[in-house]
Amino acid sequence: MTDPDRPVSLEEQIDQWRSYLRRRQAIHSVDVAELEDHLREQIAALADGGLAPDEAFLVAVKRMGDLDALSREFAREHSDRLWKQLVVASADPGESGGRAHRDTFVAFGLAVAAALLIKAPALLGFRWGEDEGFYARNIGFFVLPLLTGYFAWKRRLPAGTVRLLAAGFLAAGVFANIYPFTAMAAGGSTEALAALHLPIALWLLVGVAYAGGRWGQVGGRMDFIRFSGELFIYFVLIALGGGVLTAFMVLIFEAIGVDVEPIFESWLLPCGAMGAVVIASWLVEAKQSVIENMAPVLTRLFTPLFAAVLIAFLGTLLWTGNGIDIEREVLIAFDLLLVVVLGLVLYSVSARDPGAPPGIFDVLQVVLLVSALLADAVALGAIAARISEFGFSPNRVAALGENAILLVNLVWSTVLYVKFLRGRGPFALLERWQTDYLPVYAGWAAIVVIVFPPLFGYA
Amino acid sequence: MDINKDLMAASSTPIVLAILAEDDSYGYAIIKRVRELSGGKVEWTDGMLYPVLHRLERLGHVEARWEVAESGRRRKYYTITPGGRAQLAEERKQWQAVDATLRGLWSALPASLAGTDPPSAAPLPQGA
Repeated sequence: MTDPDRPVSLEEQIDQWRSYLRRRQAIHSVDVAELEDHLREQIAALADGGLAPDEAFLVAVKRMGDLDALSREFAREHSDRLWKQLVVASADPGESGGRAHRDTFVAFGLAVAAALLIKAPALLGFRWGEDEGFYARNIGFFVLPLLTGYFAWKRRLPAGTVRLLAAGFLAAGVFANIYPFTAMAAGGSTEALAALHLPIALWLLVGVAYAGGRWGQVGGRMDFIRFSGELFIYFVLIALGGGVLTAFMVLIFEAIGVDVEPIFESWLLPCGAMGAVVIASWLVEAKQSVIENMAPVLTRLFTPLFAAVLIAFLGTLLWTGNGIDIEREVLIAFDLLLVVVLGLVLYSVSARDPGAPPGIFDVLQVVLLVSALLADAVALGAIAARISEFGFSPNRVAALGENAILLVNLVWSTVLYVKFLRGRGPFALLERWQTDYLPVYAGWAAIVVIVFPPLFGYA
Repeated sequence: MDINKDLMAASSTPIVLAILAEDDSYGYAIIKRVRELSGGKVEWTDGMLYPVLHRLERLGHVEARWEVAESGRRRKYYTITPGGRAQLAEERKQWQAVDATLRGLWSALPASLAGTDPPSAAPLPQGA
């Protein structure tokens, strides 16, 4: 079928048959293995009877029956399979099953470790709920090193990379804790900024471990982007479930006159949140091939809606001639807008087949990008006009820096997207641009953590 | 001979359970045994046996385990359970009742309607 001079070997034919069968949702790989054993035995029996291997293969496949009908029968017997199950069973029986079990065990162990770790500082006298500064600055260190360790173990990272990651965490730990911050309560904001930006910087270290040696490749970094999006969704879902559980707990304990709120605040919430990060990561890992990725689906849903809101905003701005009311938070609001737009672009890029020709959704993306850029430009213009009046507080510089970083990313994304739409460049360029840009976010976050406090006198 | 689909489906449970009652077995061997026993008259579509086996497994009539066969490949073997044996006894009673009823009717029917058995009795047109 490919090269007439070279006959397709029996193994290749069986490979093709197997991969064809694997595409059926209702037929799991365990069943494929069972059917393959049958097929091979049938072929062997027919070959003993004097048939050539390829003839034997054809007869055996024919006897196996029509695959559509077979798939239907499997679906009828295993209707649950069409609803992809959340309970993670190993795809293959036997030895890989053992590995999946070990993986589950390690993930749950790490989740428990993370849950306990956040209570560990209490032994050293840091009180949860009182030493907010300490916990805020260090929140990333309770779970992210464990997560990094999990991926380092799972991907069997070389010792050199592990050492590098450990050094990164160590350095971050030092910078997070050596500065003599003015208490947040006394109006200091560099500490809050550091606390906010440190996890972003550390997330890059998680990414390096996640990519497991593929960090240098666009594909590896893109997988990390996908992972981050799915993790976020899983985490939110787990948090919602946790909320329901807590509500019930409070209600039923109240009925017997016991107030569980203190336990909830000092134990359930912090421990649950830390453990949930690990569990969500493990779920994303285990389910990546099983559940349809949610982030791209949400992206598809919300890209048109966000574009519509932004266009309505710009239209109203023009129509009414109202200037943007420069409040304290307006810059942050526009930063968040750009983050959301970036997320929409990122996750539609992550799910797009780079080889597909431009479509209506790509046009929508460009509309979204251009309208977001225009809105941001209006806001920036208004702020720039009055920046001297406000002065350069750490908050404002951080927000401006973030705006600049996002703006650069989105402007160039728009350029690449338009090029792609006009057939002047491949889509892969956009993918490469987005994945190459990842260290910039972490770099800026690191600057805010390391340089800002001394720069602004730890205020 | 084409046996109609409903009859095939109804008979698959007792046939599979009875074969497994003899000894543990696996898909290919079960089909081979059916073919031998029926003299080639009962021809199952090979793949269709597996959903049947999985249904019996789900119902608790059989248990499955993976083993490495002498060929070196991993193979899924099925064993009948006590529940499966009880089910087989029940099926047997039902089939015997049906069979006894039909036997009584067959013997009462005139030989011309008795089908191809014996084959030399009446030269039937092809495809009858």
